[in-house]
Order: sequence, then C-alpha cells, then structure tokens
Amino acid sequence: MSALARFQDDFLRAVYDVPVSDMPVSDVPAADAPIMPPLDAQIAAMAAQPGFAVYRNTILKGCVDALQANFPSVARLVGDDWFRAAATIHARASRPAGASLIEYGADFPDFLARFAPARELDYLPGVAALDRCWTEAHVACDEVPLDAAALAHVPAAALGDGVLRPLAAARWRWFDALPVYTIWRLNREARAPEQPAWHGEGALLVRQGGEVRWFGIGRGACAFLDACAAGMPLAGAADAALQAEPALDVAAMLAMLLINGVFAAGHDSFPFVS
Amino acid sequence: MNISEFTEREPGAGLGLKPQHYDDALHCIEEGLWFEVHPENYMVAGGPRLAWLEAIRARHPVSLHGVSLSLAADAPPDQRHLQRLAELATRIEPLLVSEHLAWSTWNGHYHPDLLPFPRTAAALARIEDNIQRTQERLGRRIAIENPTHYLRIDGHEWEETDFLAELARRTGCGLLLDVNNVYLSAHNLGFDATQYLSRFPVDAVMEIHLAGHSRDADGALLIDSHDAPVAPAVWSLYRALIDRIGPRPTLIERDDHIPAFAALLAERRHAQDVLTRRRTRMERTA
Repeated sequence: MSALARFQDDFLRAVYDVPVSDMPVSDVPAADAPIMPPLDAQIAAMAAQPGFAVYRNTILKGCVDALQANFPSVARLVGDDWFRAAATIHARASRPAGASLIEYGADFPDFLARFAPARELDYLPGVAALDRCWTEAHVACDEVPLDAAALAHVPAAALGDGVLRPLAAARWRWFDALPVYTIWRLNREARAPEQPAWHGEGALLVRQGGEVRWFGIGRGACAFLDACAAGMPLAGAADAALQAEPALDVAAMLAMLLINGVFAAGHDSFPFVS
Repeated sequence: MNISEFTEREPGAGLGLKPQHYDDALHCIEEGLWFEVHPENYMVAGGPRLAWLEAIRARHPVSLHGVSLSLAADAPPDQRHLQRLAELATRIEPLLVSEHLAWSTWNGHYHPDLLPFPRTAAALARIEDNIQRTQERLGRRIAIENPTHYLRIDGHEWEETDFLAELARRTGCGLLLDVNNVYLSAHNLGFDATQYLSRFPVDAVMEIHLAGHSRDADGALLIDSHDAPVAPAVWSLYRALIDRIGPRPTLIERDDHIPAFAALLAERRHAQDVLTRRRTRMERTA
C-alpha cells in the first residue's frame, strides 16, 4: 500500500474512531461499536490537533444535513434534536456511496426500523420510505406521460394485451395496518396533527410538470401498478388488482391513474398511442 | 442589446447560485454577472433541478465547481462520477469546470469535506494523472482550487504554491485562487497570506473565490463556513491581488445563513467595481 493510501485510511479511521459513549443517543447496540487497533502515533498526534475536529465535524454535519434535507417529514415528526442524533448514528455506520447527496439515505428507512429508540414509532420507517419515494420521483428522468385521451383510440380488443409502463418519476407503496400515508402527508404538507383512522393505506407519488404530487390509493391500485411495472399486460394487471382488492372498480382506478399521468407515453405495446 | 450579448461578454463578478434565489437570479441583469453551482447537486437523471439550471444557463454564464472528484485520493476518479460530470458539462456548456486540491472519496465512500494530504512527489504524480484523466474525459481545461487548512501535517515535500504551479505546468490545468482560503490557512497554520499570494502562480489563475468565514468554538481557528459576508481583511487581499495581476472572474460564495438575493448582489457589485476599475486602468494605459 502506498504512503498516500495509508494516510487516507488512517485519516478516516481517526475521523470515525470516536468512542460510542460520546454519541448523543446512548442506545447503540454494543455490537455496533467496532473494536479497532490503536491509531498510528503520527496520525494520533495529528488527530489530537484542534483542527482535526473541523474535518470530523464537517464530514458528519454534511451527512446529517443531507439526511435531514432528504427526510423532512421524519424530521418534522420527531423534532430536529432527535432526528440529528439518530442521523449521526446512521451516518457513522452507513456513509454516502457517492457525492450526489440527494441520493444518500436509501437505507435510512431500514435503519429506523431497527433503531431501538424508534421502536414505539412503528410508522416512522414507512414515513421515511415515502420521503425517499419523493426524492426518487423528484430526480427521475424526464418522460412524456401517456395522454389518457389517446388511449381511447386503442381498439377495445387490443386493450387487454397492451402494457402500461409507469413513469420513472412514479412511486407507490402499500402499508398494511398503518395510516402511514396520512401521517406522512400531514408532515410533508406541514399541517397540524390529526388522529388518523388506524388502518392500512397506499400512497402514489408522481412528478407532473416539475412538481411531485401525491395521492392516497388502495391496495388494488398498488397491486395494479406493481403488475404494470413488472411488464404484465393490462388484463393480467387488472386481475392482480382485483385479487388484492375484490371490490375494486378497475375502470375508475385506471381512469384516476391515467388522469394523473402515471404512465409513460410511446410504449411499443400501445402503438396507436403517442 | 439582447440578454445573451450582454451576459456573454467578459465574465466579471459572479455569485454562487442558491435554490431559493432561482427566480431572482434568472431575471437579474448586471454587467459581468455569472453563476456557479456544485455539479453534484445537478447530477440527476431529470426533473426540476436540471430544468432550473438550464433556464439560468439560457440567460447567464454558469460555472461548475466540483467538491467531490477527490483528485488527491490515491485512486483514479470514480468513472461513474466523471461520466455524470461530463454529461452535465455537455448539457450546461459551463464557463469553467473547477475542483479542489483535496480528497473526499475513498474506498467507495464519500466523506463530505475537502481533506488534506502530505504534498509528496508521489501525491503530485497521482494528482497529475487524475487531472489529466479528468481533462481528457471532459475535453477541456479545468481549474484547481487551494483548500483551507486546519492541520499541521508531517511529510510535506512541497510548498502548496509550488505544488499548484507544478500541476499547472505538467497538466496545463488552470488554478482557482480562493483568497478567503489563503487568509484562513495563513491564520490557522501561522504563515503570511500576502507572501503566499506573492508566490502563487497567478498566470494560471482562471477564477478567484471570495467568501465569509467564522471562528470555531475556542476562537482559535478560522473556519471556511461560507456563512457570512466577505471579511474586510479578505477584501483588502483581493483588491491588492487584482491591482497586481489584473481582473479575473471572481465569485462570491455563500452556503449558509443565506441572505436575500439583493444582499448578495450588493456584495457582488463590490467585487465588480474592483474589476471594472482595474480594467479601466488597463484600457487607459494600453
């Protein structure tokens, strides 16, 4: 290993090698605390300079600021202090894979699901997942949505064999038993808390005209979108939707999805539609 | 005169573009005005961020100032990152692409800061190679910025000014001289900022940065926080520098405690005045 590479390894060890007892939240499982050999004396001396703390603080602040920007609904729910303490623990364990920090935090919802101090807040990982959906929709590639009116020109006999492809800027999630969408929406829209009805909910987020919009959808619509995304023809996707939600009005659901521009235009399977 | 004729003239003093100022920035017309962004914030597949940047670019020159290419890491630049940077540069046609004499990505992880290293012959060879790869991939000359220093590091074989001059000589890259960083490093490491500037290879300077700073909790270190107006001492160094080397595109950076656009614009006008006066003097003596 070159001297420069060794310096870089050691420098980062000194950045992250802070005793767990110094962490702002003390519920870190002991197993998460790595046992490391002592730092090289020269690096240890460098890390003892007051200036070293500037790098340590800047790196962690950069990660925590990015998580706070990427998960605003979670931060609003739990408050800044709690959020930043939890985000600091996450950032130390799961460092950004790349420099585009808007992509950072893909595993933050899973972290919250395992995070002991969040055990009581069983909806929190779902809220984080919807914040993540928002980001993914926000930065997805630009595509022309399918014009609902154009679909009317497709011969009825051909309709069931056609494939609708959801836009890259569309995201949906079904949450069993928890009103995650309502909790997320109230916080994303910075509204006063309400007591939601405690049952499962689905959410659809789609970018339209440069802005991510969101809608509550049912279990059947989520199953339908899953099937479409998997490349299943319309007839099969409708069956999947009915299986998930037998009472579903498939035509009304499809109309709602089409009106909200969830599908991409120009798909080969609908040659009549542009 | 239409807008593009106006703004495509000599770039003077620019501003770091903040999302909350998009509308103001879009409609602003001032002599010499240009904007700078961190490409990392726009390396996305699509959506409103890119659309905003393209709208700004349609009216103003834009410079891409990277913070994460990690040229001083002992590894070649991340290929995917370089690819995305090249795509953005193709799309935006920037005035300039710049990066730092620092590292931030190592072993597949990004550590959001500009980290120091011992300026050795081996480091020089690695950074030379990394700059070459970047310039070849982008098909253009890039500029390298002097970072702020907070640490005394053992093992330096080169002065920073000589190191930068040698990189410019070997790769043909330009330099981005951050006067605030010089002021802070001089304070933090105990050297003379004016002497450092007198040794800086100014012929390679393609851009100058000015920013505000703060003190750390103990009050001993000055931090490159970009959260305040440019300090009077930094303005003095800047005026003396421009007086000596002539006008160069100059950027006011602000990343925290961001004031109204008008306040940043006023600070920018101060830099523009320095540049305009110097240019007028050049024209008179020419």
